[in-house]
Amino acid sequence: MNSLSPQREDTLPNGPAGAAILSAGIGCCVLGILAVLADASKSVAGFLTWYRPTGPLSGVTSAAILIWLASWFLLARRWRTKTIAIGKINATAFLLLALGILLTFPPFADLLQGK
Amino acid sequence: MEMTLRAFITAIHGMLFGLFFLLAIYGVVVELCRSVYAKRPSDLTARGYSMERLYLICMVVLGWAAVLSGAYIVYPWYRAIPPAGIASLIRYPQALLKSSPTTAGWHNLGMEWKEHIAWFAPIAMTMVAYVLTKYRRAMRAHPQIRTAVVVFALVAFGAAGVAGFFGGMLNKHAPVKGGHTIHLMGESR
Repeated sequence: MNSLSPQREDTLPNGPAGAAILSAGIGCCVLGILAVLADASKSVAGFLTWYRPTGPLSGVTSAAILIWLASWFLLARRWRTKTIAIGKINATAFLLLALGILLTFPPFADLLQGK
Repeated sequence: MEMTLRAFITAIHGMLFGLFFLLAIYGVVVELCRSVYAKRPSDLTARGYSMERLYLICMVVLGWAAVLSGAYIVYPWYRAIPPAGIASLIRYPQALLKSSPTTAGWHNLGMEWKEHIAWFAPIAMTMVAYVLTKYRRAMRAHPQIRTAVVVFALVAFGAAGVAGFFGGMLNKHAPVKGGHTIHLMGESR
């Protein structure tokens, strides 16, 4: 990066940034969805107990991280040299992030489960 | 002055990893907000860029160290199930909190939220660090990327703040204790 001139840096495609932003939103949203599912279903909680002392939290977070990294890798490969509609990517990422926050908030998760 | 091994590791999780991660996010948020109003992009020397990259790497490492040490070291102690007929729940923080309606909320809202929302912060800040490193001098040409970075950094700050607040309050109401006693200073018993 240091060897690049400012002009060349200004023409960097926004694809790699879009991939990182969207995949972060995906990771947060998946974490929220899995947290609700593990709380709602004993079978899902059992399936997501990857490390017994930590319980379902181990699978919820590890699966979310794997999906986040996999989506980042795939999107980055696809958009490596492309200029994408970053406004739409941002809007989608913000929506996924907001959904993730909402799903991890216990009163909302309880409401969804009718508790 | 003494403390138990579990209390010591809990302090490292919260006060070393967690607190310094929160402070590092704050630094990034301030710098991002300042850059929005700067007339010219900051132009650092090669060493300056190296130091900036080191700061971002350390921040990300602190974030992951905080959530991983919390989930895989401290949380199992917190959620340990007490054996039947035990007289004192002092070494079983989750059971202790849930045993009284006046403290159950610290678990039902505090820990239930903290254990999940905390992970948003390192995920978001890993993305922020990557984008800031790759686009640092091109950020003015990509204002929408900067907007996304600011939003994710603010959410990470909030998430780390929620986790830190509830972590502190949970440890105040039902501290994680146990293990060997570590003698820090003064006379030992």
